Amino acid sequence: MGKVLMKGNEVIAEAAVHAGCKYFFGYPITPQSELVAYMARRLPEVGGLFLQAESEVAAINMVYGAAGTGVRVMTSSSSPGFSLKQEGISYLVGAELPALIVNVVRGGPGLGNIQPAQSDYFQVTKGGGHGDYHTPVLAPSTLQEIIELTEAAFDIADRYRTPVILLGDGMLGQMMEPVEFKNLTERQPGEKDWTTTGTRGDGKPRIITSLELNADALEKRNEKLQHKFALIKQNEVRYETYEIEDADYIVTAYGTAARIAMNAINNARADGLKIGMIRPITLWPFPEQPFIETRDKVKGYISVEMSAGQMVEDVRLAVNGKAPVTFFGRTGGVVPTQEEIYEYIMKVAGGVEV
Amino acid sequence: MKTVFEKTTGLTDTQTHYCPGCTHGIIHRMVGEVLEEMGILEDTVGVASVGCSVLSYEYFNCDMTQAAHGRAPAVATGIKRVLPDRFVFTYQGDGDLASIGIAEAVHAAARGENITVIFVNNAIYGMTGGQMAPTTLIGQKTATSPFGRNASLQGLPIRVSEMLSTLDGTAYIERVSTHDVPNILKAKKAIRKAFETQKQGFGFSMVEVLSSCPTNWGLDPHESLDWIKDNMVPAYPLGIYKNVHKEAEK
Repeated sequence: MGKVLMKGNEVIAEAAVHAGCKYFFGYPITPQSELVAYMARRLPEVGGLFLQAESEVAAINMVYGAAGTGVRVMTSSSSPGFSLKQEGISYLVGAELPALIVNVVRGGPGLGNIQPAQSDYFQVTKGGGHGDYHTPVLAPSTLQEIIELTEAAFDIADRYRTPVILLGDGMLGQMMEPVEFKNLTERQPGEKDWTTTGTRGDGKPRIITSLELNADALEKRNEKLQHKFALIKQNEVRYETYEIEDADYIVTAYGTAARIAMNAINNARADGLKIGMIRPITLWPFPEQPFIETRDKVKGYISVEMSAGQMVEDVRLAVNGKAPVTFFGRTGGVVPTQEEIYEYIMKVAGGVEV
Repeated sequence: MKTVFEKTTGLTDTQTHYCPGCTHGIIHRMVGEVLEEMGILEDTVGVASVGCSVLSYEYFNCDMTQAAHGRAPAVATGIKRVLPDRFVFTYQGDGDLASIGIAEAVHAAARGENITVIFVNNAIYGMTGGQMAPTTLIGQKTATSPFGRNASLQGLPIRVSEMLSTLDGTAYIERVSTHDVPNILKAKKAIRKAFETQKQGFGFSMVEVLSSCPTNWGLDPHESLDWIKDNMVPAYPLGIYKNVHKEAEK
């Protein structure tokens, strides 16, 4: 199979099918609605099931029920709808159920608008729902990378029994690019010994729950979760670096912002400035290592985001005061141009007002 | 020695946490007996809700999943759609089903989800300490309607069985009571009928069981049963509200 021209939202859906996901419960919301529509058409072709729920709240709870049977299952939404799923995500974490949740982020807060944004970073990386937890967050920056990361998301979900979030934005969801589905072998989850499917000769009934009335027992459960999060931090960090070896300044950005910033970096390099880039691919766990390795050598970091400054807090934690960290961002669904990022880089790194 | 009575295999040996005089125990037993008698315990996945019956997952002797408050019909939908040949039931109270979870209940019913809902209506929130429920009767005093439920302030009670029976997706809906033995026997028949409905693939079945809450009603167990008969039954008339079996016979 060669390259095909597809829309980002549809690439997520097809990648999920390739990853062996046959069950989708969702609710329409712009700018992710093509994903829902694609699944409605596609899943019956692979013997799967698409169901439009009455709300995002119901959708995530249908995912919870289906995940408990052991199948690969997902839902998707955009910011306001993603907020509604937080209750369910907290329950999925508490009951240790694997699932994929897609957030094609749009401008907020409130109803906001339907333009691309990265303003849900705090929500996806710091928990989002109630309780002490994190969920792995994968942030692709190209449509081809969506394929790779959607498959990885299901694998991570199964490996650690955890919901995983694929974070896009309205730009990635709506844009079209040629992509290639290289891995055509259908992936299936491994043996799961915790599912509730009817005992059927398995002996003792199984229970899926996040309830633990005894405080000591709930603390034990939390310790187990924290141990799992530590393992994820140890094993699943992903990032990409670009020209950081000789860099005086390092730009850090993810997703759509990273693509635009890359052009600005190349222009600044053409002007003789030594600029590099660290692109986090997992937003949680956040890739601290490339910052630790560069923070004593560089003159500073520039975090570029489609938000008022959210990831920049994790950058500061990773840099730990060893170098200045500055921020450039646009909000409300405004996508920064490469020219304005370039101008900001020139000002910070070159002392030049362009 | 001759065995004259045996506990159903549909329930585990775990001692329940329910208050003395609460009818949850009776309703659990009826559901457990039906699952045992139909021989479907090993093919059943139950969904526990939030409220007094949250720990029902420790009492029913089948695979169980615990759902967020009000979401049991959505969770049951997820299970049943993946495993259409298993029996899936929810066990929900009136706060869970008729208040926070009314949307999930209505839409599961409208879709004709082939699941069985055991809806336990005692006109009050039990677990949180006796607050007003959507099913609380006019004039009934609760922690959050201390002067008695007042229609102009707090609205009127919801009759869930009547409401859901207007939906074409529902197949079997009956309201029963637990206030005396003849009614308990009727209740068990209704529960059996609901699971038979699911077995035949007819769609959404629900049994609304009028139940007591001596602790939060401030009555002794016997007075509580009388209170069901004298106050709840007139407000929530017993009977079959939807019966696809009867329609099939026509």
